[in-house]
Amino acid sequence: MSRLTLLALQILVAVVALALWQLFATVPVFGKILLPPFFFSTPIDVASQIVKWFSSGVIWKHLFITLLESALAFVIGSIAGILVGFWFARQPRVAAVFDPYVKMINALPRVVLAPIFALWLGLGIWSKVALGVTLVFFIVFFNVYQGVKEVSATVLDNGRMLGMNERQLTRHVYWPSALSWMFSSLHTAVGFAVVGAVVGEYLGSAAGLGYLIQQAEGIFDVAAVFAGMFVLSAFVILIDFGVTLVERRLLVWRPAAAEGRG
Amino acid sequence: MGGRMPTAVALEDATVAFRLADARIYTAVEKASLSVEQGEFVAIVGPTGCGKSTLLNVAAGLLKPAAGAVRIFDAPLTGLNRDAGYLFQADALFPWKTALDNVAIGLEIKGVSHTEARARAQKWLTSVGLGAFAGRYPHMLSGGQRKRVGLAQVLIRDPKILLMDEPFGPLDAQTRQIMGNLLLELWNADRKAVLFVTHDLEEAIALADRVVIMSAGPSARIIGDWRVTLKRPRDISEVRMEKEFHELHREIWSVLKDEVMKGYAQSTQAAGAG
Repeated sequence: MSRLTLLALQILVAVVALALWQLFATVPVFGKILLPPFFFSTPIDVASQIVKWFSSGVIWKHLFITLLESALAFVIGSIAGILVGFWFARQPRVAAVFDPYVKMINALPRVVLAPIFALWLGLGIWSKVALGVTLVFFIVFFNVYQGVKEVSATVLDNGRMLGMNERQLTRHVYWPSALSWMFSSLHTAVGFAVVGAVVGEYLGSAAGLGYLIQQAEGIFDVAAVFAGMFVLSAFVILIDFGVTLVERRLLVWRPAAAEGRG
Repeated sequence: MGGRMPTAVALEDATVAFRLADARIYTAVEKASLSVEQGEFVAIVGPTGCGKSTLLNVAAGLLKPAAGAVRIFDAPLTGLNRDAGYLFQADALFPWKTALDNVAIGLEIKGVSHTEARARAQKWLTSVGLGAFAGRYPHMLSGGQRKRVGLAQVLIRDPKILLMDEPFGPLDAQTRQIMGNLLLELWNADRKAVLFVTHDLEEAIALADRVVIMSAGPSARIIGDWRVTLKRPRDISEVRMEKEFHELHREIWSVLKDEVMKGYAQSTQAAGAG
């Protein structure tokens, strides 16, 4: 299949889906509307809601807030994950002591922490950042830990025979290996940062895409709920695209077959 | 010879044992004595799994012998052997560094400036025939090219001793010959002490001044030591045509053959013995 045909088919799927949606929401089949607009809205209403948000400019503030929360959650969670992952991997005794607690916290569905964070940190951005951090941290932590542990014994011996001391081994061997594992999970980590932010907003906030969706739901404005979902997925796709660009730049040394781990 | 030069590598009754998972002790090598003089190229040949690599790791300081002594230039070895460069059997290049950076790193960790290290690394890459591949990452190079980078990575540090663990094992026959000739050419320039492990007797005779034979493991011992007097400089593919080569090969093979059979029998009977 050529790229053009593929693209045409992909667009066709969207067009058919939207057309069916519009059709069943407006034209009765055997005297019955299959998708009542009150519950399902219509593509045209959703589109006009999106246009309204962007033309009036209201959406920018919410997008910015969600982006800020996601970015902060990602940065803080990653730094913490890298530091703790590195520390545990190099100090097996520390890792052994903390192991059951790490497993326990990781087993906890993070959403239940949202009320606690709202209580501790208020309804501003920091309670959402905290929720995102708990999600991002574990992904980065496990990958960095694995990355340090899985350094090839031969490469390590080679480093030692070339005269590296522990500090140089950390810099030239452990660190690049850990980072490569972390970058391979970059998509997941960034995705979870956004999840943390939006779920946090949904459960209680004054701004952000999650807030927008939650508000619309409160007044049964289904068109706005769908509009919020569309904006959110476009937002995530854009971020994901950015991550792919960064990844391509950072992992040039890796054979193509090994990509997409994690 | 009046004043004796210190021996580059001397193993004296070295015994190496490992503790297995079920707490039994597995003796890989028993009472091995071996010496490599300065400027001498010694090859160790033995059946698969006989502990040749173990012996090399002892000389490198990566493994401590359970009994016996290791002397490097007549001084007892403690910790890693700082006079040795080690060329591994498996891929040991840093996959996240380009060929150039892989070679330069050996100098950089010694404190040589980045610019100078890279300039010297470029020269070494050129001398192993990879001048045009400096910017490639290891996964973009062929197996033979990676071995060339590995050779440059080790030699740029100018070690007094070269330890090589079946370095050309994974390569195809033609590439092995080319690499063998490259190694001899580079070695000929300053004649370092070399300890070269291989399972290929022909390769050993073609390269070395002395060929040492090990028995099949466990508790492998050194069971033979032959001097190769073929004249240097040698060409790997031509030296194989000489009469002396054939006579030596026949003589050594008559000893090695039994061990190879023993080693094969053991490896087929007792899987999991190590």
